[in-house]
Amino acid sequence: MVVREGLARIPAGCAVAGIVDRRRQAMKADGIVTMISLMHDRSNGLGGGFAVYGCYSDMSDYYAFHLFYESSSAQTETEQFMSIYFKVEQKEPIPVRKNGLQKHAPRIWRYFVKPKVSEINEQDLSEEEYIIKTVMSINRDIPGAFVASSGKNMGAFKAVGYPEDVADFYRLEEYQGYLWLAHGRFPTNTPGWWGGAHPFTLLDWSVVHNGEISSYGANRRYLEMFGYHCGLQTDTEAITYLLDLLVRKHRLPLLTALNIFAAPFWEEIGRMDPERQRLWKVLRSVYGSALLNGPFSIIVGCSHGLIAMNDRIKLRPLVAAVNTEKVYVASEEAAIRAVCRQPDRLWTPAGGEPVLAWVEHQTSKHGSSSLCDGLVREVS
Amino acid sequence: MAITMKTASYKIIRDHDRCIECLVCVRQCSNGVHRWDEDYMCLVSDEAECVNCHRCVVFCPTQALNVVASPLDFKTNANWRKPDIEQIYLQAETGGTLLVGMGNDRPYPVYWDHLLLNASQVTNPSIDPLREPVELKTFIGRKPDTVHFGSEGVEGEFPPQLELDVPVMFSAMSFGSISLNAQKSLARAAVETGIYWNCGEGGLHPEVRPYADRAVVQVASGRFGVSVDYLKSGAAIEIKIGQGAKPGIGGHLPGEKVGPEVSRTRMIPLGTDAISPAPHHDIYSIEDLRQLIFSLKEATEYAKPVGVKIAAVHNVAAIASGSVRAGADFLVIDGFRGGTGAAPLRIRDNIGIPIELALAAVDSRLREEGIRNTVSLVVAGGIRNSADVVKAIALGADAVYIGTAALIALGCHMCQKCYQGKCNWGIATTNPYLTKRVNPEVGARRAANLIRAWAHEIKEMLGGMGINAIESLRGNRLHLRGIGLGPKELEILQVKAAGE
Repeated sequence: MVVREGLARIPAGCAVAGIVDRRRQAMKADGIVTMISLMHDRSNGLGGGFAVYGCYSDMSDYYAFHLFYESSSAQTETEQFMSIYFKVEQKEPIPVRKNGLQKHAPRIWRYFVKPKVSEINEQDLSEEEYIIKTVMSINRDIPGAFVASSGKNMGAFKAVGYPEDVADFYRLEEYQGYLWLAHGRFPTNTPGWWGGAHPFTLLDWSVVHNGEISSYGANRRYLEMFGYHCGLQTDTEAITYLLDLLVRKHRLPLLTALNIFAAPFWEEIGRMDPERQRLWKVLRSVYGSALLNGPFSIIVGCSHGLIAMNDRIKLRPLVAAVNTEKVYVASEEAAIRAVCRQPDRLWTPAGGEPVLAWVEHQTSKHGSSSLCDGLVREVS
Repeated sequence: MAITMKTASYKIIRDHDRCIECLVCVRQCSNGVHRWDEDYMCLVSDEAECVNCHRCVVFCPTQALNVVASPLDFKTNANWRKPDIEQIYLQAETGGTLLVGMGNDRPYPVYWDHLLLNASQVTNPSIDPLREPVELKTFIGRKPDTVHFGSEGVEGEFPPQLELDVPVMFSAMSFGSISLNAQKSLARAAVETGIYWNCGEGGLHPEVRPYADRAVVQVASGRFGVSVDYLKSGAAIEIKIGQGAKPGIGGHLPGEKVGPEVSRTRMIPLGTDAISPAPHHDIYSIEDLRQLIFSLKEATEYAKPVGVKIAAVHNVAAIASGSVRAGADFLVIDGFRGGTGAAPLRIRDNIGIPIELALAAVDSRLREEGIRNTVSLVVAGGIRNSADVVKAIALGADAVYIGTAALIALGCHMCQKCYQGKCNWGIATTNPYLTKRVNPEVGARRAANLIRAWAHEIKEMLGGMGINAIESLRGNRLHLRGIGLGPKELEILQVKAAGE
């Protein structure tokens, strides 16, 4: 039986890849597509996708909503809903190429919108919370509608198919960006639904992930206490919400949040100085439910750059490399070497050790989160 | 004419070919079952006094003894079973309330036995605790929602916590209800294994003071042994509102058990009954509980977690939620299979609900209210083995209390006669002749072994699930499946059925 994502929890193995140009130079899609295609056998044709940052620079003041609709009524209802809360500047179907994937494709549209200030004030929310609330309402309350991405100057392009076919379908050669993420999925069951493919996004965040988190039930019930609805039942969704909770809502430094996800072992904490020991006792006792247990490698993209990390005992592969201003991360070294034969530096990050690659600071209008506050370490 | 219409429950079988008439059985039995008959020059047994504690059987050097259930039975009757009839005989003779020891022994469903655990296969590797660390460290105490960082690191004071190396503690058993040697055994084992023991409502005897920094000190309705010094010497304070074995009633330590040591420790006159009232007479409502919690916090300068122990009753979720709001740093929920030194039989067997359902309901309620992460949840009442512990944590507990299991480790054979004060294993008695039978060195080793053995097993089960820190199992009900349960029970447990 085909079980739709969200109605069941579907374990999956995967390929992940990411590239960022730290000087914000636009890159075409060919690099990331080469990387993810090389890892073809790590996916099984049941999910692939990309996220790109810097792709809508002409419309960077607007939130770019990518929507999947399973019916015209879902579209009508969603558009009516959006017109209440947003000023819609532009809307159009996302151009696709007929390469076979269209047979099972939903209607795919994009909207460039601005929230209505009066509504934000009315609801007494921050702009970010307003967007999240709206996105969650659409996903949860409008049957057949799903928001694939909703950030500024970024977009997610995903489908049920092999990643290289997904790139072809979405005509990714027409897009440019300074940061690309890619995902190829190997689910053990047929999700049969495009919304379930990766990347998973929320506001400015996009996450691709390879793993099956054994702490999922604990993470999910923890998130639910803070009002998150984990409708997709995927690890990626839970990780994204945890990032949002810890970094945006609780204002923890990003690195601290990442260290909470892959916390040091007590044995290691026992060797730290007393002040750090105290810190870790506090963090692990308060945020124990945010520990991500079990195998994972994740790549998180946002307008500020890229984060990649493994679980704390490195049960899934992850390789990183730097070449001049470009930082590459992938499940396999071969994927990096396929686009950058001799990087300046290539390494295998240790379990739980985050790789942070930030783009040059830019006073932009679309810096929508306080992400960079408190950063202490990055790729050099 | 028979003195009693109740016949012996057990039959003692002595193999005279093996018996060497060493009289060990005579000396070991405090119930006076075995006797050397001078007239007939042989050993005789008064089976009516036998409680089936196995002491004589275990200590017989030639294995000449066995105790079996008496084959004598009444005419088969599905309604009037043997205990129903015998209890009427007893009450007709005495006019008294029937007393029992230990937890509810009725055949109610044991939900632990209807829950199955998960293990990793292919998509997720299992973790081998022999090769990789698997962490059991658990903190009991109030937690803030979030941590604030300032220029000096974490801002503000962090609430006091109990730090457990294994998510198991020894539950409240007072000196008086159990012997000092038994209490000392558990206290030492707790220190040795990095867990905590609970002194119950009986004060702290000077000989267990050295282990007080691993003690949870109890404040119950009798206030026995409570002083500022007592409160300050423990690692945490527990207000006992109720006990799973006897919800709604207090406690009664008979005057016979109140010898000089118990009298001194409890701060009551020698030989007087120590009666704990049913309610705390300064707590008639939830706002009163708040006042007691904060009185205790004030008295101990906010340096110790203050918890509240309640029995699992029908509206346990609401009571638990109220207790958290009243300021409890940890909650203890004691299920209806929880043990006791003495309880009225009707109360033990008919009041309260299973801890599994109570735990599921409390954890879910606290989560719905968004306060589960701020408080610790400890459950008790019939935890028999490490799998029960793992299932309890997956249902939502932070840690468990064990009482009966700990006493069994010391040698208890579950004869359920704790209230008689004649415990042949030297545990539930204050008779100096009997209490010597528990050597605190040996007792501590046995109790510590039990905790270590469970820790190994918990790590193996966690590793199998692909989990290397116990907090990732807490409330993680996806790792549980129900078997042989109805839809309503699955709904309350929030657990899927096996195969789903």
